[in-house]
Amino acid sequence: MSNLLPTLHFSKTGSTMLLFAGALAVSACASKAPKELPPEPGPATTTQTQPSDLGPVAGSQADFAARMTGADTIYFDTDKYDIDATDQAALAKQAQWLMQYSNKRATIEGHCDERGTREYNLALGERRANAAKNYLVSLGIDASRVTTISYGKERPVALGSDEQAWAQNRRAVTVTID
Amino acid sequence: MTPRILSLVTVFALSAAYPAAAQPAAPVPAPAAPGGLEVDQGGLTGSVSDESDWQDLGIAITTFATDANVPTQTNAGSTAALGRALSQVVADDLRNNGLFKPSGPAGLPQPAFGEVQAPNYPVWSVRSTDMLVQGYVRASGNGQLTVGCYLYDVALKQQLAKGGWQVGPSDWRRAAHKCADMVYSRLSGESPFFDSKIAYIAETGPKDRRMKRLAIMDSDGANHRYLTSGQATALTPRYSPDYSKILYLSYLNGQPSIYAYDLATNTQKLIARTGNPTIAPRWSPDGRWVLYSMATGGRTDIYRVSSAGGGTPQRLTNGPGINIGGSYSPDGSQIVFESDRSGSQQIYLMNADGSNQRRISFFGGRSATPEWSPRGDQIAFTHIAGNLRIAVMSPNGSGMRYLTNSWQDEAPTWSPNGRIVQFFRTEKNSGIASIWQVDLTGRNERKLPTPVGASDPAWGPVRP
Repeated sequence: MSNLLPTLHFSKTGSTMLLFAGALAVSACASKAPKELPPEPGPATTTQTQPSDLGPVAGSQADFAARMTGADTIYFDTDKYDIDATDQAALAKQAQWLMQYSNKRATIEGHCDERGTREYNLALGERRANAAKNYLVSLGIDASRVTTISYGKERPVALGSDEQAWAQNRRAVTVTID
Repeated sequence: MTPRILSLVTVFALSAAYPAAAQPAAPVPAPAAPGGLEVDQGGLTGSVSDESDWQDLGIAITTFATDANVPTQTNAGSTAALGRALSQVVADDLRNNGLFKPSGPAGLPQPAFGEVQAPNYPVWSVRSTDMLVQGYVRASGNGQLTVGCYLYDVALKQQLAKGGWQVGPSDWRRAAHKCADMVYSRLSGESPFFDSKIAYIAETGPKDRRMKRLAIMDSDGANHRYLTSGQATALTPRYSPDYSKILYLSYLNGQPSIYAYDLATNTQKLIARTGNPTIAPRWSPDGRWVLYSMATGGRTDIYRVSSAGGGTPQRLTNGPGINIGGSYSPDGSQIVFESDRSGSQQIYLMNADGSNQRRISFFGGRSATPEWSPRGDQIAFTHIAGNLRIAVMSPNGSGMRYLTNSWQDEAPTWSPNGRIVQFFRTEKNSGIASIWQVDLTGRNERKLPTPVGASDPAWGPVRP
């Protein structure tokens, strides 16, 4: 008979439940991430190949990158920094890993496309990285474990000058620190 | 290479000593130059253009004479070779700014040393020369050079202006820029600007791993020098008003931060220890204050701190959103800056203490990177509506007009006299950047010569 009950959705997985703590805006924009191309790793995301056949060392950045299968990067609309449903799912996956390896720290790199002025893009990249960080924190990750850095438009991953390339470059990449 | 060490001495007493005193003497030794006997190649010394009346003015720039062809410590060679080089720099300065189409020094008669102060007017009248520039160079025993520069009105048979400068061997080009400044100012009525320097970012390498180095050069692209190695990405330099320091952004310790680079000692220090990223450095016109923008928790505000160091930074904006940049009015009383508090990048004004903030850009699209003209009458900025273009408006936001029309032009910087705007242009796909300039009419657009890719130009004031 309680009015509260229907609004409570208990989930089997902790991370999904934690999604409700995310107070950030949910964008209605659906397909902004370039689905057809696998997101490339950020510049600092040097994937370390392990000599053994067992794959990356558990808890390493290589392990993080491998486990994320693209979810280490979230994408933004032009001039926007909101965390939409796709981003929330990716960040939840990141948060899961970070909770599993609770002694690991991470840096979120914010980036922009080339169609903006240099200085503003440095501030916008910071704002995007910060939005991603805030969402991780809302999922229970300690803020002190996550730092941000903006590269503005200085480090594109897609080199063309077209909408598809720009969509790939408007991103925040999470890199864990080994 | 600091202004303190430079000894550019204006020699106004020169006419009493040289070369007037030498005038009655026997003709000076003929220059050993191969160009010394160049044949006259045409009747008219000026070029005709439909662009402006100024360009109809027939200005002849002649090879600077010397009293004795002796070796110098310059990279131009002997005094005779130096005389040719000096006049070439003067001609290039006047030609490249687009206002004039001077002739010479090649293809023109070469005045002898004794003629420098007593032009052979009939020779120039016959050639329909309106304005005549003559000069000389003399070497002193201590390696110093004395350069004289004279502007004559041929029709009036009258000297309009003269200047003399003593320079060290490494600064000979400055004497030529001073001469060009004198001619330009006397004929146009505008303030000089050639004897000035530009700080910028030199870019090399592929688009996704581009090396960005702090670099400087003279206003004509000469005397180019790199200041940083490229190990850390450098961006957005600004010369201090006295040329002693350069503020710029470096990723030196990972986080983007503003440093003040001291050109005398080649050392640098953080402008503010904040623990947060600092971006978009600017000087106050008197050099006493530094503006920077700092990002905290996703928002960015503009701060002011003493350039001498120390003191608590004062926050001038208080959100919301991104507030960035900031360019002082010439009198230091106001600051024009960029903010997206209304939802997109627009241009705002505030008093220097942060009070009375108000938006001035209301013409659609986004407006960014405002820079107040040294004359105070215009604000140059980047207008974004699809393409990025350089535009100007008056400080009340009226009279917006474009100066360029390309795919991506951004980050204007003013010439010291407020007549020319430099900016950087990025090529589609390759992302290759280069520095361009255009005058306030929107005409005379040209690319500056730089050894590698170039962005973020910052034009300093005229040197004393």
